[in-house]
Amino acid sequence: MNPSTVANQSESLAHTVFERQRLEEQYENLDQQHHAASLGMWVFLATEVMFFGALFLSVAVYRYLYTEAFERASGRLNWQIGGLNTLVLLVSSLTMVLAVHYAQLGSRKRIILFLGLTALLGACFLSLKGLEYYIDYEEKLVPGFQFDSNEWVTREGLRPDQVPHVKLFLFLYWVMTGIHGLHVTIGIGVVLVMLMLAWKGRFSQAYYAPIDVTALYWHFVDIVWIFLLPTLYLLGTHRWGGE
Amino acid sequence: MNEQTPAQPMALLNEPATNYLDASYSVVSWLFTTDHKRIAILYLIPVTLMFFIGGLAISLDRLNLMTPDGMLVDADTYNKLFTIHGVIMVFFFLVPVIPTVLGNFFLPLMIGAKDLAFPRINLLSWYLYMIGAAWTSAAVLAGGVDTGWTFYTPYSSMSSHYNVVLTMMGVVIAGFSSLLTGLNFIVTVHWLRAPGMNWFRLPIFVWTMYATSFIFLLAVPVLAMSLILVILERILQIGIFDPALGGDPLLFQHLFWFYSHPAVYIMILPGMGVVSEVIPCFARKQLYGYKFVAFSSFGIACLGFFVWAHHMFVAGISLYAALIFSSLSFMVAVPSAIKVFNWTATLYKSSITFEAPMLFALGFVALFTFGGMAGLFLATLGVDMHVHDTYFVIAHFHFIMVGGMVLGYMAGLHYWWPKMTGRLYSDWWSRITAMVIFIGFFLTFLPQFVLGYNGMPRRYHMYAPEFQVWNVMSTAGASILGVGYVLPLVYLLGSLRYGKPAGRNPWHATGLEWQTPSPPPTENFEESPVVVRAPYQYHLEKAQNEP
Repeated sequence: MNPSTVANQSESLAHTVFERQRLEEQYENLDQQHHAASLGMWVFLATEVMFFGALFLSVAVYRYLYTEAFERASGRLNWQIGGLNTLVLLVSSLTMVLAVHYAQLGSRKRIILFLGLTALLGACFLSLKGLEYYIDYEEKLVPGFQFDSNEWVTREGLRPDQVPHVKLFLFLYWVMTGIHGLHVTIGIGVVLVMLMLAWKGRFSQAYYAPIDVTALYWHFVDIVWIFLLPTLYLLGTHRWGGE
Repeated sequence: MNEQTPAQPMALLNEPATNYLDASYSVVSWLFTTDHKRIAILYLIPVTLMFFIGGLAISLDRLNLMTPDGMLVDADTYNKLFTIHGVIMVFFFLVPVIPTVLGNFFLPLMIGAKDLAFPRINLLSWYLYMIGAAWTSAAVLAGGVDTGWTFYTPYSSMSSHYNVVLTMMGVVIAGFSSLLTGLNFIVTVHWLRAPGMNWFRLPIFVWTMYATSFIFLLAVPVLAMSLILVILERILQIGIFDPALGGDPLLFQHLFWFYSHPAVYIMILPGMGVVSEVIPCFARKQLYGYKFVAFSSFGIACLGFFVWAHHMFVAGISLYAALIFSSLSFMVAVPSAIKVFNWTATLYKSSITFEAPMLFALGFVALFTFGGMAGLFLATLGVDMHVHDTYFVIAHFHFIMVGGMVLGYMAGLHYWWPKMTGRLYSDWWSRITAMVIFIGFFLTFLPQFVLGYNGMPRRYHMYAPEFQVWNVMSTAGASILGVGYVLPLVYLLGSLRYGKPAGRNPWHATGLEWQTPSPPPTENFEESPVVVRAPYQYHLEKAQNEP
């Protein structure tokens, strides 16, 4: 879009001192600054897609190579907690959207309320994930930590040479959910910072780009989970756990 | 674009006193600066240092190859030296150099912006680069790595203990630095263009920076993730890529080259951008086929993502995959050739002068064409089987990387040095240097084509005696090349003290960056520029000056 037309449109917006304080010197007006921040986040999310993409590719390749071991190992994951966590994250996306909505309307109290709820639901996700990790540990699903190779041969009926493939799956499970968890943790931190800024009254109807951009990131983290759940949890359970 | 072209040598000496360099002198004002021009200078210093460290490492290896029995270093040291050379040159020099130094400095100036879109993120990139460089250097000091810059598994998950892990961490950190630079450039080009600077008035350098940024964004995360997986594999002993533990080493090669082949275009596209600025300026003629040159950058960037497996023709991929990747690799030659033809057409019937930037740029065109043609041999399945992992490959990519990229960088540095520092360097010494580098380069790498075609494998510290004469030629050339690289250090630094003031526009170039004082003031322009013309309108200026 032509920056000069943007300048005309928002000339009237950037008139208060408050808003001029939020304007960085390289921009003409807050509108342009908002668009730049938003594009910056989209571009960043594109890199994140590639980042997770390498992991999803690894899962796809090894699933194709070692189908049986992968399905057995997947069947041992706790899909109940995984499913519940999906619900938690989806609701948190809703509260995040509402926070942006009220930021557009300039309602400070509701921004604080919904950002708070989002952070809370994020924390709830992490707690459930922590509980699940603990159960996994109890069930000896951590390669390298009390991992029981024999169990996979005796109980699951795999050949001994397939056990490394089980480890491979579990390793990918830990890495992928771990990196996702890290993203959620960072997300909660950013949401809390936004909450604090909202508390201090730093946002207005003309200036809420940071909340908007935080929301983009938050939704991305949710979407990653929506791909993680079937890839890791569901593709084994149907066949082995369900029977 | 360039409204006030008439030269005004006397007035130039009375430029405003405060520019970005003397706005403040404290160390803190440099280390916490968010001025893109200062950050470019901050990058210039470590990038140059890394270039000489990487160069020194390979000089020792090159010297070692004077005699067939490896007279200087043992095999282990030899391997470590070429690994240091590869890792440092690729990840800490070739990939970042033009974007972070010339791009940081000139991208905002060329589009008439006050700064990049995210100045603080720009500073963060510099810190990440420094941490990555320090991290990798620590690995070198701790005993070195002998995997080669490609870190192929399973060797990288077995050799060198934890130095491999340290080195890779450094590479990952530096990778995020480039990624953030790319993000900054894309947003800047989209949202901070001056009034009137529409997409087809952007200088080609900006187009190439934009295309390069896309490659950064899509390729770097994949490299980061694959290196992280290798690091985890090493620490936890789980076989992601190690066949002994159930992993697939080919997957690593796929992931690695999915980054590292596009990275080749990260390294060459910026050089092409510089050359597209320099040639019209010193040929005093409009760039021929502007839109073709602009879009061919994107052609290269896109196709570059679909050719990675041509590094793996002998690694055991299927014949059909190899056939497809071979054909796709040939297709990259098309946009590359478009650029070369357009530069040639620009030179045709123009008024060429041979200042140093032009000599470097012409050297770029010659060596890039030469190296690119050799690339077609390598894209051919049958020939690649024969010359894979020989000095033929080494010669090919050094023609592109050193002949192309380093000359492109030198062209850009010489072209814009007066703008960056406000000083003119020695004309005579710079022209001599361009010739020394060109001759030294040819003598170093031309014999390696012969060596490779006759079957000398790469990465060995000894070789069969019949190869000696070509190796001696190559080593002799390398010493000339070394002299050529040290010379600019002397006369460019010397120019800071003894150089004449450059004035706003020593080359009488078009382009917004030449309308502001040299060195530019902190806010870049005295008043916000308005763009009314397409770039490279040298023919108009000629008509004005010759009534």
